[in-house]
Amino acid sequence: MAEILVLAEHDGGTVKKVTLELLTLARAHGEPSVVWTGEGAEGAKARLAEFGAAKVYVADSPDYADYVVAPKAELLATLVAEKAPAAVLVAATSEGREVAGRLAVKTGSGVLTDVTGISEGLVGEQSIFGGAITVQSKVRTGTPIIAVRPNAVSPEPAPGAAAIEAVSTEISDAAKTARLTGRVVAERGERPELTEASIVVSGGRGLGSGEHFALIEQLADSLGAAVGASRAATDAGWYPHQFQVGQTGKTVSPQLYMAIGISGAIQHRAGMQTSKTIMVVNKDPEAPIFELADFGVVGDLFKVVPQLIEEIGKRSEG
Amino acid sequence: MNIVVLVKQVPDTWSERTLRPSDNTLDRDAADGVANELDEYAIEEGLRLAEAHGGEVTIVSMGPDKAAEVIRKALSMGADKAVHVSDEALRGSDGLVTSAVLAAVLARTGFDLVILGSESTDARMGTMAAMLAERLGVPQMSFASKVETDGSKITIHRQADYGYDTVEGTLPAVVSVVEKINEPRYPSFKGIMAAKKKPVETLTLADIGFDPGQAGLAASATEVVSFAKRPPRAAGTVVTDEGDGGIKAAEFLAARKFI
Ligand SMILES: Cc1cc2nc3c(=O)[nH]c(=O)nc-3n(C[C@H](O)[C@H](O)[C@H](O)COP(=O)(O)OP(=O)(O)OC[C@H]3O[C@@H](n4cnc5c(N)ncnc54)[C@H](O)[C@@H]3O)c2cc1C
Ligand SMILES: Nc1ncnc2c1ncn2[C@@H]1O[C@H](COP(=O)(O)O)[C@@H](O)[C@H]1O
Repeated sequence: MAEILVLAEHDGGTVKKVTLELLTLARAHGEPSVVWTGEGAEGAKARLAEFGAAKVYVADSPDYADYVVAPKAELLATLVAEKAPAAVLVAATSEGREVAGRLAVKTGSGVLTDVTGISEGLVGEQSIFGGAITVQSKVRTGTPIIAVRPNAVSPEPAPGAAAIEAVSTEISDAAKTARLTGRVVAERGERPELTEASIVVSGGRGLGSGEHFALIEQLADSLGAAVGASRAATDAGWYPHQFQVGQTGKTVSPQLYMAIGISGAIQHRAGMQTSKTIMVVNKDPEAPIFELADFGVVGDLFKVVPQLIEEIGKRSEG
Repeated sequence: MNIVVLVKQVPDTWSERTLRPSDNTLDRDAADGVANELDEYAIEEGLRLAEAHGGEVTIVSMGPDKAAEVIRKALSMGADKAVHVSDEALRGSDGLVTSAVLAAVLARTGFDLVILGSESTDARMGTMAAMLAERLGVPQMSFASKVETDGSKITIHRQADYGYDTVEGTLPAVVSVVEKINEPRYPSFKGIMAAKKKPVETLTLADIGFDPGQAGLAASATEVVSFAKRPPRAAGTVVTDEGDGGIKAAEFLAARKFI
């Protein structure tokens, strides 16, 4: 079977869920080989095997984390030349998309970004114009490079050997021009990452103040969810900008999206329209967000949300 | 400093955006064209850096004749001059081709800094800065929420889900910006009048020495096979809170196995 390279995303050796999703997708079209940068591959081997990785190419050098994007693209380009894979899959995160872009230039290959599904013949499904149109696209030159949106599929186990193979960690000087010199991690407690979370709870102008976002955080924590915000809320400084969902913010596609005190402007919808299930709490029955709701409550969020949190608490105890 | 800002005309989010059934490319006539929103932040950052360090801001846009409108807007905000690459052969170019054409223009204009939006609202590729850095062999300073430079070194805050990274490099460099970086200015009346007299160089592919056979839909490495309007979501249940809205919401979550 044709080999498909899957670039792993991991957090100090813990495989991210999106990588398991990529493996699940790749298996339908070939035999997935994981490409692992940095340390921790040995520890992750069992997990990668559980989701069907045949091989794991390991480039164990800290340099991959010290320079922005380029070293990973270089590594993938070398592997594409050596292994001639049928495709390369990356996560459609900011970094994953940029790796895809550089790899496309290096290999003269086409790249599909933000793909939500892959069908026969490596045809990628994409959702454009804020979710209004679904397109089927394919790569016709080079090795298809496909950046897949997190949560596109549910990870499903299938056994693989996950045979580890060390590869060269040589990085050219050309790939070392943008050096990472520091990291500032915003407080978000134990919450999952916004673009990867299975559940996202977002608050909007209806919250009325930054302090009231504590309510959104409480609801999120009761569900193990990530917190998001509308632009009205981030512009007002109620919640940090990196949590903005929408056209100029993050695109999320979780199993469950809850919009609390958000009207549903087209620019907001652009970032959440492909969520599998959508729940809405808004006091205005005419708010356009209700058009997307699988379940909506017309009511005051300051009454509905505390009751919902209490009820979730009761049910999880019981 | 020689600062080049890349500006793309995109269909307005508010208008009905669609693809052309004949070749599945963006129907640019169907929608009003506006400057990609993040590009206004790129222009603003270019202007601020030129104000602080001296130098000129050149706008580069690749697109049909209509793109002249967004070039005028950029000039009225305060940019000094512009290059507009317009050629029938460019129609339907994908990201990879676009990056090759823009790199060819940049080789011509020269640059200390190339500033662009981190993503456009039509393509949403979010790959242009990476592609250009790769082609031009210069540092990739992308997703910047803050830029500092002394004219030879550059440091940015690279926005991430978890917060931000500090990234360092040297000029020349490619910088892509996120919305948090600044607040774009509105063109003043004086600016609008002045823009009318600013030089705009309109170039064809032949002018920049780019083989038209390597451009456009036919030369693109990707193709849209088909498209369809997304089916409307099935109507959901909407209840009015009568003191039990939270409980009903919890029941729905339980029924869908979220709790
Ligand atoms: C170029 C461009 C890009 C943009 N990009 C984005 C983007 O990426 N993301 C984004 O979100 N927006 C974006 N916007 C802004 C967008 O147009 C809207 O202005 C924004 O989404 C509105 O946020 P909101 O729904 O929180 O606020 P509003 O539209 O003010 O809605 C607040 C809602 O809260 C409800 N409410 C108020 N009080 C209560 C209460 N006590 N209980 C229950 N409900 C209550 C109201 O009924 C109302 O529906 C963009 C705009 C432009 C022009
Ligand atoms: N045709 C173009 N002309 C000028 N700049 C462009 C063009 N296409 C893309 N860009 C720049 O690249 C950024 C990212 O675009 P994209 O990769 O299409 O999401 C935009 O915000 C622009 O700054």
